[in-house]
Amino acid sequence: MADVSLNKLVKRYDEVEAVRGIDLAIEDQEFVVLVGPSGCGKSTTLRMIAGLEDISDGDIRIGGDVVNDVPPRDRDIAMVFQNYALYPHMTVAENMSFGLRLKRFPKEEIRKRVDEAARILNIGELLDRKPRQLSGGQRQRVAMGRAIVRDPQVFLFDEPLSNLDAKLRVQMRTEIKRVHQMVPVTTVYVTHDQVEAMTLADRVVVMNGGRIEQVGPPDELYHSPATRFVAAFIGSPAMNVVPCRLEAEGEELMVRLDGGVSVPVPAERRARYGDAVGRKLFFGLRPEHLTDEGGRRNGGPTARIEATPDVVEVMGMETLIFFTLGGHEAAARLDSGARPRVGESIPLVADLGHMHLIDAESEFVL
Amino acid sequence: MVVASQDAPAGAGINPSHGSMSRERRWALRWSYVCLALFAVIFLMPPIYMLITSLKTSAEISTAANPWWVFDPTLGNYAELLSQQQFLIFFRNSVLVTVIVVCVTMLIAVPAAFALSRMKFWGSTSLATGVFLTYLVPETLLFIPLFKIFAELQGLTGISFINNWWTLIFIYPTLTVPFCTWIMIGYFASIPKELDEAALIDGATWMQTLRLVFLPVALPGLIAAGIFAFTVSWAQFLYPMVFTTSADQLVLPVGIVTTLIKGDVFNWGQIMTGALLTAAPPLILYAFLMDYYIAGLTSGATKG
Repeated sequence: MADVSLNKLVKRYDEVEAVRGIDLAIEDQEFVVLVGPSGCGKSTTLRMIAGLEDISDGDIRIGGDVVNDVPPRDRDIAMVFQNYALYPHMTVAENMSFGLRLKRFPKEEIRKRVDEAARILNIGELLDRKPRQLSGGQRQRVAMGRAIVRDPQVFLFDEPLSNLDAKLRVQMRTEIKRVHQMVPVTTVYVTHDQVEAMTLADRVVVMNGGRIEQVGPPDELYHSPATRFVAAFIGSPAMNVVPCRLEAEGEELMVRLDGGVSVPVPAERRARYGDAVGRKLFFGLRPEHLTDEGGRRNGGPTARIEATPDVVEVMGMETLIFFTLGGHEAAARLDSGARPRVGESIPLVADLGHMHLIDAESEFVL
Repeated sequence: MVVASQDAPAGAGINPSHGSMSRERRWALRWSYVCLALFAVIFLMPPIYMLITSLKTSAEISTAANPWWVFDPTLGNYAELLSQQQFLIFFRNSVLVTVIVVCVTMLIAVPAAFALSRMKFWGSTSLATGVFLTYLVPETLLFIPLFKIFAELQGLTGISFINNWWTLIFIYPTLTVPFCTWIMIGYFASIPKELDEAALIDGATWMQTLRLVFLPVALPGLIAAGIFAFTVSWAQFLYPMVFTTSADQLVLPVGIVTTLIKGDVFNWGQIMTGALLTAAPPLILYAFLMDYYIAGLTSGATKG
């Protein structure tokens, strides 16, 4: 087991820079998830760690050693692919033991490791089957088994759950978490699904346009996003982001949203936002912090906002409404019992203790 | 009223369209059968004629009786041909040349195709196209320069390349290697790249990846390429005609023509028997491996 560090890592394809000098330190046994939209460079980064892509600049260290020019087979890593990449002509047991057989492990040791991995993954009865006789979830388990038996320094996962249906994806997510608790190997996991990222990771790395936007534990990313991108990317439905200006009114600071709605800045945040008066900003508030009168409130500073729902989604455990706020679509999360009607105005309570102000120019959260 | 208005169009809509679909299908099938029957007749006529003639005596062949009927069947032509030492030598030469050429071809074409399709290196795409272009140069253009090259080599080294059956082992691959490489490139391209990446990460070298993962997965492609190399080598006429002359160095296609036609005397019974016996090995091979052959040839079209 080992730590992994990326130092000023760059990947160029002719003119295009897919990864633009990223720095990242992953600790031993840590589960790190790289998340971001398509083309953000997350898979390329993973493939560079695996040795499947050459590095254009910078370096990668595994266990302290620079591995830039080390071929994949000598990096002591294991990888799970999106399409499983099981060898179709081999049985499950042969698939899992392939790496060990190449390294000429004793037969007894191979069998012990395969049995142990099969036990962890609950695939003991599948060992003699061929991949084509397995379901998607079983194939993914075998792919994980193939990684586990190698006892590598680092596990790499490249969107492993993308080919599974929604229900199985949730099951396998839990499975991966459980396996990591049983076999705590340093893990780098790539996904575009922020729910996967939030549920699995010790730390989430949000990437965008070949750069790292923010690195942190899921909780931190959710509650204290560093940039507008992270604020909007993490959370479902996404954070409401509305253009606004900050104005001083005597002692108070007022946020004037486009469309004429104003909310006061809580007293404890005035010092933090003092410099931003007069600048172009975005006001950010998550849907769960914009709720109905009788909804959840933690007693902090609040403001009332009138909303006329365009769409109402009754989810059972909660009710979502979508409406227009300052010319932009916004969402609010209401109590499960709330039954607002489309087109009828209802009063909402904004929990300003959780508001964010984002600089419109730099897109950093203030 | 609502029920009636819903029923009428549904009933009217389903039956005629179903009927017209199956009528179109029936017509398409009829035409297919007519065309296929026509092709079958055209292509099967020569071998059937060969079979009929091979069962006739020379006397019966030369009479003006119905050429499509055997009045006095005999296996004499077969017995005579198979008891001739010469014919067995042709057969042996053909088998040796073909087997060795198939092996040499696969040994060159498979690693070449693997490298060209999988190991990204500068110029690999142009090289792959170049390999295919060499296949487009017809042998009728190549045989003179090739003969010259081997004659020169014979002069330089003292090794007698001309009039030796084993020289064909060096020459046939110029026909088989490019096409087989091309088939295998297509087949390898249909294998997901994650499969070799998984093998590389599992600790395999490129050669191990080829041997332990690609070859088993690409077996239908290998068989298709192998059958192609076999057919080309077995049926090759021009090169052995040019390079070999002595009776003990000839291969079957040339041997039959040169030894069974004596001056202006055509021994039709034996010629047809020889031709049938020559055609038998590829036919038997096709019959056994046809499914693999089709899978191999069509894989690139549907997956790649």
